[in-house]
Amino acid sequence: MVLGGLLAYPIYQLGLISVFHYTQAQVSGGEPTTFEGFGNYSALFSDGQFWEVLLATVVFAAACVVSTLAVGCALAVLLTRVRAVPRLALMLAALGAWATPAITGSTVWLFLFDADFGPVNRVLGLGDHSWTYGRFSAFLLVLLEVVWCSFPFVMVTVYAGIRAVPAEVLEAAALDGASQWRIWRSVLAPMLRPILVVVTIQSVIWDFKVFTQIYVMTGGGGIAGQNLVLNVYAYQKAFASSQYSLGAAIGVVMLLILLAVTLVYLRLLRRQGEEL
Amino acid sequence: MSLVRQDVESRVNLLRRFTRRPGRTAAEVTALVVAAVVAFPLYWMVLSAFKPAGEIRGEPRPWTLAPTLDSFRRVFGQQDFGRYFLNSVVVAVAVVIASAFIAFLAATAVTRFRFRLRTTLLIMFLVAQMVPVEALTIPLFFVMRDLGQLNTLWSLILPHIAFSLPFAIWMLRGFVKGVPEALEEAAYMDGASRARFLWQILFPLVLPGLVATSVFSFISAWNDFLFAKSFIISDISQSTLPMALLVFYKPDDPDWGGVMAASTVMTIPVLVFFVLVQRRLVSGLGGAVKD
Repeated sequence: MVLGGLLAYPIYQLGLISVFHYTQAQVSGGEPTTFEGFGNYSALFSDGQFWEVLLATVVFAAACVVSTLAVGCALAVLLTRVRAVPRLALMLAALGAWATPAITGSTVWLFLFDADFGPVNRVLGLGDHSWTYGRFSAFLLVLLEVVWCSFPFVMVTVYAGIRAVPAEVLEAAALDGASQWRIWRSVLAPMLRPILVVVTIQSVIWDFKVFTQIYVMTGGGGIAGQNLVLNVYAYQKAFASSQYSLGAAIGVVMLLILLAVTLVYLRLLRRQGEEL
Repeated sequence: MSLVRQDVESRVNLLRRFTRRPGRTAAEVTALVVAAVVAFPLYWMVLSAFKPAGEIRGEPRPWTLAPTLDSFRRVFGQQDFGRYFLNSVVVAVAVVIASAFIAFLAATAVTRFRFRLRTTLLIMFLVAQMVPVEALTIPLFFVMRDLGQLNTLWSLILPHIAFSLPFAIWMLRGFVKGVPEALEEAAYMDGASRARFLWQILFPLVLPGLVATSVFSFISAWNDFLFAKSFIISDISQSTLPMALLVFYKPDDPDWGGVMAASTVMTIPVLVFFVLVQRRLVSGLGGAVKD
């Protein structure tokens, strides 16, 4: 195993360097000819739209994370309580949603909610109500798609974790008259903590960086940029208006925010006696 | 004594009768309904792919009376479609194998060894994932140009390995951690070498985790079109599947039938891969790790 470690170390060190080399190039704004210092950042921070987009991103990501985790965990528990056939059905459906490429999923959901040809409006009797027109409903639509394609990861991981919990523990809890919710909160959640930590952090990272869904479903950020999130905002700044350094600055800001969130989370965990 | 036993038994029966049975039926119905809702978008995708063009633009009906392969013909009729497909497969398989191998060794290293900067390293894996990929495309382009790898499949394989590794390692860590250290000690007691423990004991035990992470790197490599679009600039023969689908995305007048057919074609291999590893994804872990 020392051998394995020695072998692995240079390899992932290499992987690290490669990843960080890109970051560095990005921090310097794709190696600009003039050094601007924090000029890009001050330009960014004095821009009112940036703060608005930031707020929208945080709220949207938080909503996505909470919904994804809630749905994923609930369904994982549900999976343990049903027989083989419904379990297989749910598993296959979830795997299907998981397997769907983000760009495909976005288009299909857009098509489902299409004002003219979509079945959802027909069923709900909404006529030609446009879901992407309003700011809130457009975000809601994207949220549904994001939850749809990301809950399977949570579900499968948590389910695998629950399966690893000895059955006697759960039986004992049930015998003591614990309700399903109580078993989850007092028995399963603490035992699954390492796995829950991973899925939570991952969800935060992914949902904060949602790109394809917003880009495709709201046509690059919605009417007058009402549905922009930071990642799309950065992309638009960099590629649509060729202000690559501004886009890079937004990328760095995103990175710092995610880092802060993760560190706070890890700190909280460590205070509870968990080790990384 | 017997009274207590009776009491316990009746409580168990009560539990079975009043919570488990109706509970289970309700749970199963819920599971099936959720499955149907979750599967519906996929069903609609496949359905729309088979609908004739006129029907897509008409009344949205959940069935079609005149299924047609027109949309698929448009997709497969593209030049070099087979080539794109093959390229996609090569990239995805290379990424999956390389990242699974490296991630397994690395995850074991960061879980089982305590060395300096271990925590820093772990945090760095997290940080590496937080960088928005979209913002990195241009610096990556320069790196690939300097390496002379533009227009080759390597320009897709290497970045995908780099981007899937941090997640894979972070994910596998939990699974490696779940294997009791007593097991490791017992293996050494029985005279197993480190390599033997690594490949014959630890590897099968974390296989479900490895499968889960492989699924993830497969999807990200298979679905990506950002890199393919940015790094394969002139040599079309090195292009991948998503590029063949982009043809149908016209913002003002989307060819819904073509989009849905192309999406179906693209989703099916991933689905097959998932179904193949489905059992591995969740099984093994439960039985194997218990002492």
